[in-house]
Amino acid sequence: MAVALRELETEGITLPRILAGLTNDLVEHRRRYPAPPLSARPLGDITTAIERSGLRGRGGAGFPTARKLRAVADRHSHSRHPVVVVNGSEGEPASSKDVVLLTRHPHLVLDGALLAAAATGAREVIVCIDETATKALHAVRKAINERARTEASSRVIRVATIPHRYVAGEETALIHWLNGGEAKPTSNPTRPFEAGVGGRPTLVDNVETLAHVAQIARHGPDWFREFGTDDEPGTMLVTITGAVTRTGVHEVPVGARISEVIAQAGGFLSSTKAGAVLVGGYFGAWLSIDQARRTSLTNEDLRPLGAGLGCGAIVVLPRTTCGLKETARILAWLANESAGQCGSCVHGLAAIAGGFANLNDGADLTRGDDTVDRLVRWAGQVEGRGACHLPNGAVRLLRSALTVFADDVERHLAGRGCER
Amino acid sequence: MKIRVDPIVCDGHGVCAELFPERISLDDWGYPIVDDSPIDDRLLPHAKRAVEQCPVIALRLERALAGR
Repeated sequence: MAVALRELETEGITLPRILAGLTNDLVEHRRRYPAPPLSARPLGDITTAIERSGLRGRGGAGFPTARKLRAVADRHSHSRHPVVVVNGSEGEPASSKDVVLLTRHPHLVLDGALLAAAATGAREVIVCIDETATKALHAVRKAINERARTEASSRVIRVATIPHRYVAGEETALIHWLNGGEAKPTSNPTRPFEAGVGGRPTLVDNVETLAHVAQIARHGPDWFREFGTDDEPGTMLVTITGAVTRTGVHEVPVGARISEVIAQAGGFLSSTKAGAVLVGGYFGAWLSIDQARRTSLTNEDLRPLGAGLGCGAIVVLPRTTCGLKETARILAWLANESAGQCGSCVHGLAAIAGGFANLNDGADLTRGDDTVDRLVRWAGQVEGRGACHLPNGAVRLLRSALTVFADDVERHLAGRGCER
Repeated sequence: MKIRVDPIVCDGHGVCAELFPERISLDDWGYPIVDDSPIDDRLLPHAKRAVEQCPVIALRLERALAGR
């Protein structure tokens, strides 16, 4: 879990921001950030600042944070105080930015959560962390205890450990778990902002999102907008792995060119070094080297390519690794992470993973082109059919692989094998 | 009105696709793929029968909202 702190300078404005001043010490943290306000309401100015900043959620969905804050605040009543849930489950295997923030900058995340609590009238903050993320759990518990000793607060902050499963971080799964159920998505049409933890209006925000909230409250929306694009402002954390020399978490402007981001991590987008780039992690999509060279890290740029920012995980596939083999591995993993609730997900993802493994192995060749046709048909059948978006993620990855690795598909189907 | 299936409750009995093929087909594993376009009065009795006959009560009729 390396954290890259190389300073970047753009027209006199420097990075890092969210990765600057990393500390686990509250006194040191307070030299940079004032304590969040105690009174619950009215603090519309926090929400207004977030609205002006244009901050979007950094957990994957990219929803405007201010709209979520308002939706929860509007449902506040004296008998139903809202709850703020900090989503630090980070089930995406290619991402480690949330665990890095929780471990190395816990007070910034807690400040953001308390500001969100002030903005919505919440009295309780629940920080959800993967049960296996022991360092993050330790750092956050220590940070909460430190605050309890030295800072007055009218709000309760507690930690909830979350099962180490991919879908456990889906917001309805998280709520279900916190309410005593299994950490599996629900098909209840009621959304968490209406009735979440204990039936109360619940704000579920990603760890990085709340760290940005704390920075915007401190420095203002204009400062936040110094980086990024009009529609997708700010900086973002990316986790880069694969064919780079500095793997780990980097802070980059939203809208940075993918090639520059990879260069910052010591990688190089040449066809002799890299085979493709996975953007958005296991829940993302493959880009060819040519596509990656032309594309910036915004949803606006990535959407036409069937991709998205997701949680900012980037995997640079080394030239020496076969993209089909890697895709087969990820599809098998996604199929295994199905919560086992929706028939089309259980059977469909297993079929897709199995079919893709056959394609990769060059097995099942009596069916010839059928192998690809069936995969395409299954993709169409499982898309949008689950209680959560797991099937959609698998379909997105599958489709991008069939396009980006089309040459490899031909080679494997022709039984010519693959030396990688 | 439009028809919706709860994918978690559904066990893939497939009764609905037999009773209401105008809007419901089955995927390769026998689970219903529901076309949620509005259902007119002529088809409504079929939709209601599919909802009533589902062994696990996974289907329901919902008012189709304007613009959806």
